[in-house]
Order: sequence, then structure tokens, then C-alpha cells
Amino acid sequence: MSTAPILAAEGIGKRFGGFRALSDVSVAFEPGSLTSIIGPNGAGKSTFFNVLSGAFPPSEGRVRYEGRDITGLPQHRFAHLGIAKSFQITNLFPQLSALENVRIAGQAMRSRFDMWTKRETIAELLDRAEALLELVGLAARRHEIAENLAHGEQRSLEIAVALACDPRLLLLDEPTAGMSPEEARAMMDLILKLNEERTVVLVEHRMKLVMGISSRIIVLHHGQLLAEGSPDAIRSHDEVRRVYLGQTV
Amino acid sequence: MVERSATAGPPARTRPGGPAAIGAAYDFVDRHRVAIAILFLIVLPWLTPYKALAVNILIYGLFAMGFNLIYGYAGMLSFGHAALFGLGAYGCGIPIAKFGIPWFLALPTGVAVAGLAAVAIGWFATRSRGIYFAMVTLALSQVVYYIVFQMVWLTGGEDGLRGVSVPALDIFGLELSLLDPTAKYYLILIAVALALWLFSRILQSPFGAVLEAIRENEKRAAACGYDVNRTRWAAFILSGLFSGLAGALYAIHLSIVPIETLHYFTSAEVLMMTLLGGMGTFFGPFVGALVYILLQDVVTVVTVHWQLVVGILFVVLILFFPRGIWGSLLHWLRP
Repeated sequence: MSTAPILAAEGIGKRFGGFRALSDVSVAFEPGSLTSIIGPNGAGKSTFFNVLSGAFPPSEGRVRYEGRDITGLPQHRFAHLGIAKSFQITNLFPQLSALENVRIAGQAMRSRFDMWTKRETIAELLDRAEALLELVGLAARRHEIAENLAHGEQRSLEIAVALACDPRLLLLDEPTAGMSPEEARAMMDLILKLNEERTVVLVEHRMKLVMGISSRIIVLHHGQLLAEGSPDAIRSHDEVRRVYLGQTV
Repeated sequence: MVERSATAGPPARTRPGGPAAIGAAYDFVDRHRVAIAILFLIVLPWLTPYKALAVNILIYGLFAMGFNLIYGYAGMLSFGHAALFGLGAYGCGIPIAKFGIPWFLALPTGVAVAGLAAVAIGWFATRSRGIYFAMVTLALSQVVYYIVFQMVWLTGGEDGLRGVSVPALDIFGLELSLLDPTAKYYLILIAVALALWLFSRILQSPFGAVLEAIRENEKRAAACGYDVNRTRWAAFILSGLFSGLAGALYAIHLSIVPIETLHYFTSAEVLMMTLLGGMGTFFGPFVGALVYILLQDVVTVVTVHWQLVVGILFVVLILFFPRGIWGSLLHWLRP
């Protein structure tokens, strides 16, 4: 491999009490890549995602970001390192407007304890929030309270909120969860566009969706790494075909 | 247009079918909330049965406003704010009564003592959540109560601190007697007005936005890059400073500091006032203090069981108007 990985999982294992959710998963993510983590239900995808994104520490192994050990780092440090994530279950500020959702997310990069400035005078944050809403197609809905947005719109807002810290690495947990096929395709187009400027890692249940856009696929099964490679290599992988029994991969 | 505060609705939007005038009025009140609040407080002493009552409303309103910063705006229920109020009072009263220090030094001392206590109490408490947060604040405030209770030589113990006498203020050569209740009210109002303005400014600041974000969704706020515990700690300290100022003014107002200022009943009172008025609203705490103190005063004339009457009213209000008096009013008017 010519370039150093932006993110590397080294021997990740995770136990919840007596249950072993992950064992010895080692994967490296190249800068600029778009990697999808797939696998059947209960494969450990979300657990792996949560370890990568720092929601909880692994029981074994290390996570490295740009060569630096970030295992067990507090959640709020991630955004400042350039790592952003979206949640599987929509996780917004429900009573705030779409615009304020994105504005407050961006504000974390510059004013966290400023008790004096009037927030609406910080024009750059507002401009940036407007631009991000434009990007995800929510410009017309900017003053709507997040709670009142349609499900698909909330998913898009979730992406805009994640982008607000201008991450180099974007981690997306099932960004199309609960979306209609059309919405899901539009989301994939958006993700492809975001990948032009940053590394993207996404967890997806519906594997057909990601085959077309991913540069690399990682398949988890029973908490273990089953296969990794290009979409074509995964399609013709015997083990993967067996796991996704009956489905055209 | 941009978003302003939690209490601000989307601007220039009218309720469907409702008169635009209501939306405009709401907008106007929100935009000029500090000026309107101060105007109301200027008139207040002429509406209450006697002036000392108005002073109480002013001081408890300020205390409830400080409490509201963490309860209403940051979603943390403290059950130990009596410690901050009481330490503000003792911190201002002791220098005056025991060391003859002038009021203009004693007042900031009281605020600083409360602020330091908030640093310590907040450091422990903001590590926990919900009912545990309430319990930690309650336990630590009880520790403060017993320490002050035992230090009789300094604090007067059970009898309270006596001799906090500030009979007159000499402000730039202008002699103002604090024995005149009207003069006292307006002097205290100057401090409260400054606090109101500062408080409003904090709510409008980026920090105020972070508090809203944390109340809305702590997990998301952390993922955005906010250190949730440190923000909560900072809010607790700010809240302590406002509560301490209220306590310090109370010491000057009463000329004594009763030990009851530190009692957990005081923590419950400030919670009741905030709930009565409307948590998370700018002026709600003052409305709550007004109603609570007026009721207490009026009902005491009729029966000694005023707490029963206030308690019943409180339950009725919480059941039917959970937003509180001012909060419900704002909600109806909100475009």
C-alpha cells in the first residue's frame, strides 16, 4: 500500500458481558476511499462502527487515526480531530430549527465558551450552515423545527450536522435507514459527492445500495472479518455468497 | 433571519388564521425582554402591599433566574441551590458584620464565595445526571449547611448572622438611606437590572446556544465536539454567581443572614418559583417569585397553614399548566 491509512482498526474485540460481539477485526482505511461495512443482521457492524467512532472503547485492540492512537478518547475530541459521524437512529436537536442544528454543530469548532458575542453576529457560521443545508437539499426548510421534518429530510439534516465540523473522515451508520428506494439512491449520490473531498466509511444493511459506489467493501459475519476487497471481488467471494444465502450479491 | 434564543419563535411568521398583531407583539416582547422586565420591576413596588415585599420578590426573582440557567436552559435539576444563595449571603454579611468592610467590597465578596462554592459543588455534581445530580447537589448543600451551623463564632450558627448593617450608601457623594424601603428597592434594582442584562446576553451568546444543544441532545452535542461535562460545569458556576448575588443582596436587605437561607427548603422554594413562573423562560422566574411571595403573604393573614394553600395551588398549576404562568402565556402567544 502506497499511502498510510487514515484510520486503522487493529485486532478489535468487543465483549458485552458474556456475549462476544467482535473478535480480532483488523482493517485499514485509505485516505480518500469510500469503504462500506456490510454483513447480515447481528454481524457486529454497528458495534464495530461504535468502536471506530468512539461511542465506546473496544475490549481488545486499538484504533489509530492518522497514526495516532485514539482508543478510548472522549467523544467530544473526535470532531476536533476531524472525525464526524451520523447516527443510525436519527439524532438531532429536535426543538431547534434545521439551520440552528447545523449552525450549532459548526460552532463547536470555534466558540464553545464565548458568553459575550451575540451568536447571530457570527456570520461565517450562518453562511456555512446555509451552504451545508443547500448541499443536502434542505435550504427551503431551514427554519423548520428538526422534529417537524420528514424522516428522509431528518436523515439529510443528520449528514449536514456531521459535515459542519468539516471532517476529513466521515463515519455514517446506516444513512439510508428507513428511507424509500428513491431517497436512498439520492443519499448514495450525495455520499459519493462527499467522498470527493473526504474519506467515508459507512455501515449499510442493504448491500446492493453500496456495491455501485464503494471503492472497497468489508464483510463482517458473527463478529469476525469474513472478507474484504473491491465490490467485484466481494460479489464473487464464495463465503460471502454463502452468508447472503439466496441473495444476488 | 436567524435563530435567536430558546424562547424566540421563528420571526415574522403568523399563526395560521391568527391575527398578525399577536405574532408582532410576541416578537416585540422577546426582542426587548430586558427593557420590559426592568420597566415592570420599576413599577412593581407600587403594586405590592408594602415595599419590603417587593424587595423580596426582586431578590428571589434574581435567585430563581440564576437557578433557571441550569434547570430551565441546561436541563439540570439542582436541589442544592440554597448553598449558593446562602453562601452569597454569608459571604457578603460576614465581612460587613464582623470586619466592618464597606458594602461595595462585601457584595462582590459574597458573589465570589458563592462562585467558588459552585466551582467545587459543580465539579462533583456535573459528573452525574438526573436524579443523581439532584442528590449530589442536595448532599453537598447539606454539608455547607452543617458547616455554617457549627461555626457559631463566625456565622452566628442557629441564630443567624446579625449586624449586617448598611444604613446608608454613599454613591459618588450622594447619600442614600437604606432605611427608606423605596430607596432600598431601587438600589437593589440597579444590581438586578445589570444581572438581567448580563443574563440575557449570556443566553444570546454562543455559550447559550451550547446549553440549548446539550439540553436538547447531549449525545449529539458531544459528537459535534462539545465537552458536555465542562459546559455543564461552567453553567453551574454561572448559575452560582447569579444565585450568590441574590444572596448577597438579601443579606444587605435583611441586615441579618438567617440560617434558613442555607436550608434545603430554600432549594425547594426556588424550584417552586421557577416552575410556577415557567422554566426556561427569561422572565418566568420573576413571575414565579411574585406569585409565590404574594400568595404566602396574603394567605398568612388568613391562616397559618399557608404552605397547604400554596402547595395545592402548586399541584393544580403543575397538572394543568406545566409550562408555568409566564411559560403558558408565552406559549399561547407564540406565533
